[in-house]
Amino acid sequence: MTNENDILLLKGNEAIAHAAIRCGCDGYFGYPITPQSEVLETLAELKPWETTGMVVVQAESEVASINMLYGGGGTGKKVMTSSSSPGVALMQEGIAYMAGAEVPGLIVNVQRGGPGLGTIQPSQSDYNQATRGGGNGDYNIIVLAPNSVQEMADFVDLSFELAFKYRIPAMILSDGVIGQMMEKVVLPPYKPRRTEEEIGRDCPWASNGIGLKKRGSQCITSLELDPAIMEKRNLHLQEKYRQIQENEVRYQTSQTEDAEYLIVAFGSAARISQKAIEIARARGEKVGLFRPITLWPFPQKEIREYAERVKGILVVEINAGQMVYDVKYCVEGKIPVRQFGRLGGIVPDPDEILNALDELKKQS
Amino acid sequence: MTNKEIISSENLVYAKPELMNDNTMHYCPGCSHGVVHKLVAEVIAEMEMTEKTIGISPVGCAVFAYKYIDIDWQEAAHGRAPALATACKRLWPDRLVFTYQGDGDLACIGTGETIHALNRGENITMIFINNAIYGMTGGQMAPTTLIGQKTATCPYGRDVHLHGYPLKITEIAAMLDGTAYVTRQSVQNVAAIKKAKKAIRHAFENSMQGKGSNLIEIVSTCSSGWKLSPEKANKWMEENMFAYYPMGDLKDVK
Ligand SMILES: Cc1ncc(C[n+]2csc(CCOP(=O)(O)OP(=O)(O)O)c2C)c(N)n1
Repeated sequence: MTNENDILLLKGNEAIAHAAIRCGCDGYFGYPITPQSEVLETLAELKPWETTGMVVVQAESEVASINMLYGGGGTGKKVMTSSSSPGVALMQEGIAYMAGAEVPGLIVNVQRGGPGLGTIQPSQSDYNQATRGGGNGDYNIIVLAPNSVQEMADFVDLSFELAFKYRIPAMILSDGVIGQMMEKVVLPPYKPRRTEEEIGRDCPWASNGIGLKKRGSQCITSLELDPAIMEKRNLHLQEKYRQIQENEVRYQTSQTEDAEYLIVAFGSAARISQKAIEIARARGEKVGLFRPITLWPFPQKEIREYAERVKGILVVEINAGQMVYDVKYCVEGKIPVRQFGRLGGIVPDPDEILNALDELKKQS
Repeated sequence: MTNKEIISSENLVYAKPELMNDNTMHYCPGCSHGVVHKLVAEVIAEMEMTEKTIGISPVGCAVFAYKYIDIDWQEAAHGRAPALATACKRLWPDRLVFTYQGDGDLACIGTGETIHALNRGENITMIFINNAIYGMTGGQMAPTTLIGQKTATCPYGRDVHLHGYPLKITEIAAMLDGTAYVTRQSVQNVAAIKKAKKAIRHAFENSMQGKGSNLIEIVSTCSSGWKLSPEKANKWMEENMFAYYPMGDLKDVK
């Protein structure tokens, strides 16, 4: 049962803030940047420190935000930050430290166009940065790509769940379209913040003093100067990543059963591609949509299977061609793969996608 | 007196702090870090905060502080310790939270985090080891290197036209409304060590009473970096460092 207060008309960014409070988040640390500032603004307005006890801090920079996340996550608390592309670029060192020290936490990236200061308009050009680690060293983080305001809300709790299950940073890789658009959203039910006792039980690795005299002191660190031990730690990370790839792939399909051509798209590009396949279907063309929800782990097995069934794949993404390399890796040259994207903050429209689909058909 | 009588507990005048373990320290002979570690360990135990303390170690020679003091630690990225401490204290208000940082960490790469954590009045303590040099990376110029002082990256001496002036970040901290206690100490002799310990205790108590942020600068030696014997390093510090970085409290809000 949901009550009236649980269904609201919200921007994607606002939905993130509401969901954070409801799913028992302990702390938010962030720095303003368009197009995601509503996350911090909404939290400041809702004053969760007076209700759930959630801490909200406007940090002095994204460098500070991510290190607050590292510190807070290292004590076993559920902590999050949000930013947009230039700010997330600044966070990469901290994300690498979190990955190395196995600290859970949630980073929301409401992407805008780049490179550099770029534009405040939407983009998906941080795909490579998000899915390849972004900072130094061999690591991955879990990356979830919402395509609606509802998923912005739903993925907050999911991200925390995965982040703590695997002791890994999780990212919601959104974009300016999803962050700024308003939709009806059913907010998640309230979940209390974990008590000190629960944190002690669930996070025995955390640095918070609980039970120290029994277990001995411990440190959250990514440092190890003994190469033999460091190689083991890296292998442990790789094994963890393998398990995540095996168990946590998420995706959605639309009209793929009889599809001769497949569009692969995530986030807002998948919303637009959905419209494109509806138009194509109305014309009698057998086109389906495959939407990766986890960008890392990427749905490799599934794409491989489609490569055996369809005549060609069109990858639609709001960048110059990033996810297309993941798709090509799975397809192994068996069928033609084309990419279509717009740059500079321009969002593609369904007709452009259909034109690109026609080009693909000529190729195959 | 027999040996047995001598080592009886009534005659005990000095002991290894209970929170210091037997791991071999990597610090060079004559380095101030070891003494300050001992003081921190003693104060935490005396305040009975062993299970309620979170220490943040820096990038610098003290990066391995967590190997020597048996409390819970987090090892921060270079300069970011105050950001970690901010989150730890906000999320665990009943914990004793402190950072332990060198001058390169606290007053150069992490200046932003330092000033803003202090200015927000975070209820934490920053223990700031000022040895006027980058110890860990092999003796390069630090923001606190004295004018004329020779280092690996200013081999002809720090020249204000090339390198600017030594940064007195502790004086800046004292100007910030968020700070409760700002002091400059040293640990080269017994009297100084006793004073430094009192300062650490005062700062830690302040932070638990919610009075605001606390900065304890400890003017320190780096025999290896300075290329002096431990004895000569102490003398050099007293003669040169103390003139530019004078001892004593800069601020103590009651
Ligand atoms: C981002 C980054 N830049 C540079 C370094 C290299 N580095 C390690 S320690 C250090 C200087 C530390 O000096 P200080 O803070 O004065 O501490 P000390 O070693 O003298 O105690 C530097 C530059 C690093 N680890 N990370």
